[in-house]
Amino acid sequence: MAATAVPTLVLIGHGMVGQRFLEALADRGVTRRSRVVVLCEEPRPAYDRVQLTSYFSGRTPEDLSLADPGFMARHGIELHLGDPATAIDRATRTVTARSGLVVPYDTLVLATGSYPFVPPVPGADSTGCFVYRTVEDLLAIEEYAKNSRTGTVVGGGLLGLEAAGALKGLGLRTHIVEFQPRLMAVQVDEGGGSALRRTVEEMGLSVHTGVGGKEVVTGADGAVRAMELSDGSRVETDLVIFSAGVRPRDQLARDCGLTVGERGGIGVDERCRTSDPAVYAIGECALAADGRVYGLVAPGYEMAETAAAAIAAGQGAPAVAGDLDGPAFTGADTSTKLKLLGVDVASFGDAHGTTPGCLDVVYADSRSGVYKKLVVGADGALLGGVLVGDAESYGLLRPLTGSVPPVAPEQLVLPAGTGAPAALGPAALPDDAVICNCHNVTKGTIRTAVSEHSCTTVPEVKKCTKAGTGCGSCVKALTTLVNDELAAGGVTVDQGLCGCFPHTRAELYEIVRTRRLTSYAALLDGHGREEARGGDGCETCKPTVGSIIASLAPTVGADGHVLDGEQSALQDTNDHFLANLQRNGSYSVVPRIPGGEITPEKLIVIGEVARDFGLYTKITGGQRIDLFGARVDQLPRIWARLVDAGFESGHAYGKALRTVKSCVGQSWCRYGVQDSVRMAIDLELRYRGLRSPHKLKSAVSGCARECAEARGKDFGVIATSNGWNLYVGGNGGADPRHADLLAQDLSDAELIRLIDRFLMFYIRTADRLERTSAWLERIEGGLGHVRDVVVHDSLGLCDELEALMAAHVTAYRDEWADTLADPERLARFVSFVNAPDAPDPAVRFVPERDQIKPDLVLLAGPALPVRTASDSRARTLEGTAAR
Amino acid sequence: MSPTTLAVELPSEPHAEQRSDRTWFPVCAPSALVPGRGVAALLPDGGQVALFLDRAGRPYAIGNRDPFTGAYVLSRGLTGSAGGRPFVASPLLKQRFDLETGACLDDPAVSVPVYRVREIGS
Repeated sequence: MAATAVPTLVLIGHGMVGQRFLEALADRGVTRRSRVVVLCEEPRPAYDRVQLTSYFSGRTPEDLSLADPGFMARHGIELHLGDPATAIDRATRTVTARSGLVVPYDTLVLATGSYPFVPPVPGADSTGCFVYRTVEDLLAIEEYAKNSRTGTVVGGGLLGLEAAGALKGLGLRTHIVEFQPRLMAVQVDEGGGSALRRTVEEMGLSVHTGVGGKEVVTGADGAVRAMELSDGSRVETDLVIFSAGVRPRDQLARDCGLTVGERGGIGVDERCRTSDPAVYAIGECALAADGRVYGLVAPGYEMAETAAAAIAAGQGAPAVAGDLDGPAFTGADTSTKLKLLGVDVASFGDAHGTTPGCLDVVYADSRSGVYKKLVVGADGALLGGVLVGDAESYGLLRPLTGSVPPVAPEQLVLPAGTGAPAALGPAALPDDAVICNCHNVTKGTIRTAVSEHSCTTVPEVKKCTKAGTGCGSCVKALTTLVNDELAAGGVTVDQGLCGCFPHTRAELYEIVRTRRLTSYAALLDGHGREEARGGDGCETCKPTVGSIIASLAPTVGADGHVLDGEQSALQDTNDHFLANLQRNGSYSVVPRIPGGEITPEKLIVIGEVARDFGLYTKITGGQRIDLFGARVDQLPRIWARLVDAGFESGHAYGKALRTVKSCVGQSWCRYGVQDSVRMAIDLELRYRGLRSPHKLKSAVSGCARECAEARGKDFGVIATSNGWNLYVGGNGGADPRHADLLAQDLSDAELIRLIDRFLMFYIRTADRLERTSAWLERIEGGLGHVRDVVVHDSLGLCDELEALMAAHVTAYRDEWADTLADPERLARFVSFVNAPDAPDPAVRFVPERDQIKPDLVLLAGPALPVRTASDSRARTLEGTAAR
Repeated sequence: MSPTTLAVELPSEPHAEQRSDRTWFPVCAPSALVPGRGVAALLPDGGQVALFLDRAGRPYAIGNRDPFTGAYVLSRGLTGSAGGRPFVASPLLKQRFDLETGACLDDPAVSVPVYRVREIGS
């Protein structure tokens, strides 16, 4: 009966837990000794369901994939996608799949997960009703939402709030209907629920608690029109998502006679074995030995490890963890930390205070939507807690659970600066405290990774320990621990900008700002590394400092013009000549065309200038026109014509605002809901000339169709019917990133104020050549922190940031107009200091497609001195090169 | 103080006729240069030289051609000092060249010619 020659293991279900189980099998060598067959219902391999909603913020299904592409092949695993198991025959030990495939097994593992519970509401199967579980569900919701204005989510739990956030993000007016008297009733208590509700309502979502859906009302076409609620009220809606909890998918197990729980779930023992010892069940489909069904991924992962260890032990392999049968699964911590609708929510341990004799310590500030409760035992031990609105301390509190905290519990809930201990971080934790809950990694393991396995960076530690690779909520604590451990080991990480300065760009910015320095030499001699003082600096720090001084020029009292004084020696050639150096030593010229809007007269001028100077023209990605092939000495004459026609510098040469691209918007487009062109022009004119750590790109779209591709920009604006949504941190290029939503439904004034703050905060804190996308990924606290600073003014900086921007806007002058008016500056625009009228003979062009291109043959000229058998030949070539 | 001129010594070509004296070719007044920034000069034979002043006002001259790209742009690079030695970084791909020896600091197989430069009375 155990039919197969090579033992065969069949896994039904390839979700997060299924994939983790396969990895655990591979780690234990089971994949080498057995044939492993996986039957998967979904059309794609395992993906990160926890991060599902991030699909709506730009993650592709591929980004969410959990298995690296070569994993299955490397371990000889047969994965059948889109072919779910339909029957199990335990007598013959075979599994039948929908395709008709019959696979014999020696060991069977069920990881079928759960299905969304849809309450028995009439009309719940109408067109426009969805569940929220798979990538396919999301794709269907996204498509349907295009023709919807209002959406309703039934269920105000964790997934329900995620779904509501997604609908809101899709531009729908959103209702949440929750049968319980509060949101997230399982995780948070009444106080936390009302803090959450207030914040959610402030975002413009409508919350209905204590009511259930009574009926889904449909129109003549069978599609959803409204939802009637149990209290007799009615919500008009075009779309309904049921997210009222999940149920274990145990039907296959029921059908083949395995023991299942009264309320569902495949019964398993501490090794995750079902009532048939050849069959295991793991994850959300299993009813664990402690009588609970776990709907979280971390316990699922533990079960995956447990089952894999038991199976490996059954094959006679030594168990990884010493114990012959490997670890046992007897229950798990259900602590969670989530960011729902941008609100931090965390609960851990005995969050509801059910331990006899326990007491609460509560901090609540409804102005900022913060609620924190700690449950403390009679002996002073921390038992659990609820955090809403500010879950920063979760990473510290959860590992402390079960022990008496090193400081009084009230200090653990107070905001920083009001009695909270400043330095109580992960350092205060014992070595056995679990830092990464998803992968059960302790502080001790992380420290060992650094001290004994010579990991020196957070990514290395992640790879070595798996810590921080699950939900990611522990990365901050992880980073602190790694840095502490490195410091303890005497490893210092030099964060200095270059060989001249031990400071980061942000630190130099602060020095320049607070000391009001306007001279590079003064900065180098006063603050540079000892060995660099009095020297000539380098090509890294000079433009960086030049940019900082330019950013702060109106505030520190420097002349902002990049061509003047000592500053002129700091600038890259592009900033020096206010044009872009191209490969043959010629320059390109980009006049500003705000918002991409241009009159025919101006277009003609550009055409005439290009024709008269013989320039190559190309339309740029930023909706303007680039004119290539100008010699240095031609630049002033070209610009004289352009300035005369009303053009100004486009700063294509600077680490500065480039363009604010726009779609045509409401004035013309039948879909537009705001005047995107006007807003793009306003923004471009406001931020033109602003020097920053790297170039800045922006775009404004007039509706959610997003034709201006605003979410690929450093700051992107998308019109809604109520105003503007502001997205930040987008990028195209080699490392594309979709921008994150910073704030929604802003008025014109709110939008501009928020961008002012955002840009100035970025300029203040970013590293050299760090785009906003990389900056957002790097800075501690990420988007949440930036939002706190620029939206909620958590650092009290906003007035200052706005003042800095106001100073920039007032001080702005067109660099090219100024240059043309200044004979001293103009004198620099010569190819040769000793022959001002001679054109550079090395800048030559050849024709291509009716225009010009650099003469590359000329450039190749006498070749690079190549090391050959005859080195003297190389030297001769070199000599010739210079003549 | 009499006005002076910066002059570069023209390279002695091994194949050219013997010259009895070094030829110093006047280029420009020192004040035409900004410390830390370069200028290009056209030589009598059509060649190009890049001149720089360091922070102390000391002049340097190297060939203007960037050997990595073939473009005549080294005069437009940013200067600096590393370990007390002056250098210029090409504005195209940022390779650095020692202003005194012409050696590329980032690729020992590559160098640019160096010219002697001095102030002469005019």
